Amino acid sequence: MSDAREMNSSETIALETTHLTKRYGKTVALQDCTLSLPAGRVAALVGPNGAGKTTLLQLCAGLLEPTSGDVRVFGHSPRQRTTETLLRLSFVAQDHPLYRDFTAADLLTLGRHLNPRWNDTLARTRIQLLDIPLNRKVRTLSGGQQAQVALALALGKRPDLLLLDEPLASLDPLARRDFLRTLMDAQLETGMTLLLSSHIIGDLERVCDYLIILSASRVQLAGDIQEITQTHWRLIGPRQEVEAVASEQTIIEASHTGRQTTLLVRSAAPIQEPGAGASWAVDEASLEDIVLAYLGQQAREQARGREKLEVAR
Amino acid sequence: MIEFHLDPHSGVAPYLQIVQQVKRALRLGLLQVGDQLPTVREVIAQITINPNTVFKAYRELEREGLVHSRPGAGTFVRRTLATTSPTTQAELQESLRRWLGSAFAAGLDGESALALFLSTVQEFQQGAGQEEQKQEEPV
Repeated sequence: MSDAREMNSSETIALETTHLTKRYGKTVALQDCTLSLPAGRVAALVGPNGAGKTTLLQLCAGLLEPTSGDVRVFGHSPRQRTTETLLRLSFVAQDHPLYRDFTAADLLTLGRHLNPRWNDTLARTRIQLLDIPLNRKVRTLSGGQQAQVALALALGKRPDLLLLDEPLASLDPLARRDFLRTLMDAQLETGMTLLLSSHIIGDLERVCDYLIILSASRVQLAGDIQEITQTHWRLIGPRQEVEAVASEQTIIEASHTGRQTTLLVRSAAPIQEPGAGASWAVDEASLEDIVLAYLGQQAREQARGREKLEVAR
Repeated sequence: MIEFHLDPHSGVAPYLQIVQQVKRALRLGLLQVGDQLPTVREVIAQITINPNTVFKAYRELEREGLVHSRPGAGTFVRRTLATTSPTTQAELQESLRRWLGSAFAAGLDGESALALFLSTVQEFQQGAGQEEQKQEEPV
């Protein structure tokens, strides 16, 4: 079973975007986004609020028309080959919108009539397993229960790709755990590809194996999480100029105190002797550190951009 | 059956944490040859983790010849890592306890005792490595 999963995931690409750009008038929501998500992965889409996460997910679900560039879901454009694509895809929008005057049972009936690949037993069992009443109006259910109903409907569609926009944001820690467990169970059963957005990585770290960092409308980093953590290092050493550090490493973040310099660098090879004979302590960087370093880098570049503008004036 | 736990702040990759916990159980004799590891579904229920991560950990253990998976049946222990009998292990633990007693009496706390122990292990292993190299060198 495990070998079959491995083979599958190395061959098929579930989601591919090429120079994908979305503008609203003069406002850029997503800029030149190119990425490729292998099938069977559980991917975290991480970035601050307003980074373009929702825009990217809506473009992938075919809810928005790109300004330029291209989206492919299992090789098809969701806007051009709508039926084929939408059959294979579920999208759970932020705050899990449901028809709030419907009962869970009504929503299951709706799902059954609207979706040819619908699996009623699967959706119904998930709701019942969590002791969620089928015959109460959805508006009377707790936030966690509503999230679970939305997830059960999305899973009942039996998607090959499931997109979830900030699925954990409105849930308490216990409901988060339950929600993620349902997701992981479903992933195990079907081998589906998952893409979840969040503005914090902490929630997703234990369930994801792929990371996409989005900020200021651009993809800052995308890749296998293990590869990412194996190529990013934290260096701590005596205070010195950043330029002194060996040139084969990319410095993502540098900070200084009176005596000490701390760097977060990217380097394909393990770091032996960085920088001009100085003694550095080298550690693997944690995923959270890496995410923050990339987001911080973006913020600093923006600040520099503004300074330049002001000087020009 | 062993139960896994996941430390998100350890800096150790989740799949490696599972590998290490199985090895630890094998060393301590908590897992014996023929014992079944938890199924992926059971691990998800225990620690809410990506199934791919569990598969990866079990594949790694299989690659090292410690477990083998029987399709449809599960993953089973093939080889144990226990190097000594439980009695010897208990004796060694007892002498370690005596050493800790004198370390604490000398004013060390748990952390400094651990640091001293780990650095001694490292030094000892390096010494052993050099010995081996010497022996391999042509005379």
